[in-house]
Amino acid sequence: MNPLLALSDPLFDHGVTGVIILIVLIKIVVGFGALMNAVILMIWFERKAISDMQSRIGPQRWGPFGLLQTMADGLKLMGKEDLIPAEADRFVFKLAPFLVVIPAFITFAIVPIGGTMHIAGHVVQLQMANPPMGILLMLAMSGISVYGVMLAGWSSGSKYPLLSSVRASAQMISYEAALGMTIVIVILVTGSLTTHDIVLSQGGNILHWNLIRLGLVPFAIFLIAITAELNRPPFDVVEAESELVGGFHTEYSSFRFAIFFLAEFMNTITMSAVMVTLFFGGPAGWVPPVAHLKWIFPILWFLIKTTIFCFCYIWFRAALPRFRYDQLMDLGWKRLIPLSLGWMLIVAGFLISWRWGLLMGSVVIFAWLVLTRAFELGKTRESGPERVLPTIGQRPIPGSVIRKMSEGDS
Amino acid sequence: MSEPTVRAIERLDLLTAETSEGAQELQRREFTKPSELGREIGAVLLANDLHIDPTQVDLERRDDETMIINMGPSHPSTHGVLRLMLELDGEYVLRCKPVIGYLHTGMEKTGEELSYIQGATNVTRMDYLSPVINELNYSLAVEKLLGIEVPERAVWIRMLMSELNRVSSHLVWMATNGMDLGSTSMMIYGLRERELILAFFEKTAGLRMNLNFVRPGGVAADLPDGWQDDVQVICDTILERTYEYDQLLTGQPIFRQRMIGVAPITAEEALALSVTGPVLRSTGVPWDLRRTMPYLAYDKVEFDVIVGTYGDNFDRYSIRLNEIRESIRIVRQCVDMMPRGDYRSQDPKVTPPPRARIGESMEALIHHFKLFTEGFHVPVGEVYSAVESPRGEIGCYIVSDGGAKPYRLHVRGPSFVNLQAIALLMRGGSVSDAITTISTIDPVLGEVDR
Repeated sequence: MNPLLALSDPLFDHGVTGVIILIVLIKIVVGFGALMNAVILMIWFERKAISDMQSRIGPQRWGPFGLLQTMADGLKLMGKEDLIPAEADRFVFKLAPFLVVIPAFITFAIVPIGGTMHIAGHVVQLQMANPPMGILLMLAMSGISVYGVMLAGWSSGSKYPLLSSVRASAQMISYEAALGMTIVIVILVTGSLTTHDIVLSQGGNILHWNLIRLGLVPFAIFLIAITAELNRPPFDVVEAESELVGGFHTEYSSFRFAIFFLAEFMNTITMSAVMVTLFFGGPAGWVPPVAHLKWIFPILWFLIKTTIFCFCYIWFRAALPRFRYDQLMDLGWKRLIPLSLGWMLIVAGFLISWRWGLLMGSVVIFAWLVLTRAFELGKTRESGPERVLPTIGQRPIPGSVIRKMSEGDS
Repeated sequence: MSEPTVRAIERLDLLTAETSEGAQELQRREFTKPSELGREIGAVLLANDLHIDPTQVDLERRDDETMIINMGPSHPSTHGVLRLMLELDGEYVLRCKPVIGYLHTGMEKTGEELSYIQGATNVTRMDYLSPVINELNYSLAVEKLLGIEVPERAVWIRMLMSELNRVSSHLVWMATNGMDLGSTSMMIYGLRERELILAFFEKTAGLRMNLNFVRPGGVAADLPDGWQDDVQVICDTILERTYEYDQLLTGQPIFRQRMIGVAPITAEEALALSVTGPVLRSTGVPWDLRRTMPYLAYDKVEFDVIVGTYGDNFDRYSIRLNEIRESIRIVRQCVDMMPRGDYRSQDPKVTPPPRARIGESMEALIHHFKLFTEGFHVPVGEVYSAVESPRGEIGCYIVSDGGAKPYRLHVRGPSFVNLQAIALLMRGGSVSDAITTISTIDPVLGEVDR
């Protein structure tokens, strides 16, 4: 019996028996099935919701309210020719979709979707796994899925996917830093890495949620960073269809494309779930005193919270135009990373004592002033003679010509 | 290398050779003449005024560090079949060369084979987003050659229709521009509003897009009953919606970041490239043919010519948005000031007789027969007339040898001319900016290739 396993999951307290293996298997199958169904519903939900916002009807032909549209699309994609370009690196090209989709599944495994249940005398946590490294697994997995996107673009042997994969690697890595920092803030107050403990520490009333407890800033940073991590609008520069045609999956067709598509929506759901876990108390919520059905209400709360965030992503997509690549990097490096770092210092300081907190606060304010000054200097240098890309000759500043013309008239 | 690989590469080479456009394509620097290079880096004025040697630009970026990328002819945001070849340094555009001709349909040549009556249905298909203005342009040229006057009501109907058409064209532009920036909702909203205008066109002319409504001698039909109400609804709805666009795009921080200061052009450069329309006006030059060389009855209505200051993408956006409002202002005045009378010239040599007259009058029958078999004859001469299309000055040059068909028909397409500025505008911007820039130049490829 591995002591690490027993550390966080009470299921393994008394060794591993056949019943326990069966329970674990059931949890995996149910989780997998639930996620797959959720993806299908999410695609339908996104298409329906965005149709409503854009005064369209959206899918309506297959199944009631067009619910089976995704199934039909999937079947259609499977029936298509699976094309591998002549220039492609065949092995990596085939490998890449799986590098994207498998991490999306694994991340979902650590999300607690409910409280605990008693089955056959065992205490069962309603999450597929509760490893001691907990939330770090999520960071690791999102790191791996970057590889999937990057390799897909690179191995296609085509220029647009290459551009996209360069963008992807830069974007996802820079936002990972801000993302990691906000998670550190959560871990600091929780004192534990496991998602189960993170959720437990937010139990009680709404004021205990990390959203309120940490100030709104970590949540805002996390929301922005995770949107960028997911390549969802307005941060979808990686697959900007109006710029890079299809981005990294331009050359993919048939089932391989379907896998990318699936992974994107799966990630959307998973990350919404992670956000709920970290900042909104996961399944925490009011439970009515109903016998035998108490276990179902946490799940409902979890579903409601996750759906709200899924809707947020759809809302972003309908409302916001796309960032430009360099603006995206600016936001990541110049705003989010310093902000999350500063906030982390302040929170850490206050955890020790209020003196340390105030000290850290003043340090952060000082650093903020220095940074602002540095950005100003950088800006003047960028537009001055030393700017990165030289213009041709000396083009007059826009507007100056007109002023001259009007002076001549008068 | 294995046998299949070699064969695959050979096949690829063959494919490249077959689809190559030869000298039209962007070549590596060592194969490019200095004059060509100057055009590709957008050195418009500088070659003469500032003595820039194009071969000395970008010396630190040599060919093995840059990538030549092919954008189009089938790319989601090249607005049809425009093909751009870009030399990229990472994300940034160093050189750009548009390759055109993928939508060449020989419309100008076809125009020489069609009689003057049939001509309008040909030119209307060039700039398919502003059909009425194409027809108007052609009809004005033919009328100038014929030396006939059209009735007052026809003039005002033409003005009403062309302003509605300007609104619909700008709405499509707003839509596609939104799409290019990733704001998919704008795409749908723009097309939704345009639908109102197309429905009115259908009610008036029977067709939605290529109307063949404005013809030499007048217009094809009178306005339908209750047109005032329809136009009123269109004006109210669209004007209200333009303020919604303000909320969705104009004030949107991301949108402003993407548009402001991107791809500027100066008045001198714009004039040197003979760019017209919103692209020229964005530099502050108040050149609008409706005001500077009034045609129809534009000197009798009140409207403002919208100009920009910086010549950047945001100026071009604001100009188009505000032109929608100005056009609606003109349309409202058209409704108020619409005179009564004939909607087409009563000259029997130009206008076919009404159907009912053919049964009664021998003369009407003869005119009808002559007009629809041979067409009317136009005096010998040549003429150029121009009107303001949503994209700029659209001109029509006709040479007549006295027959029933033009000896030569040429259209000055504003999209074609404006496209020349693309290399200048794109230089130094990123790929994303390049997309925005194509969009704000607003080329209609049907008009570019003709």
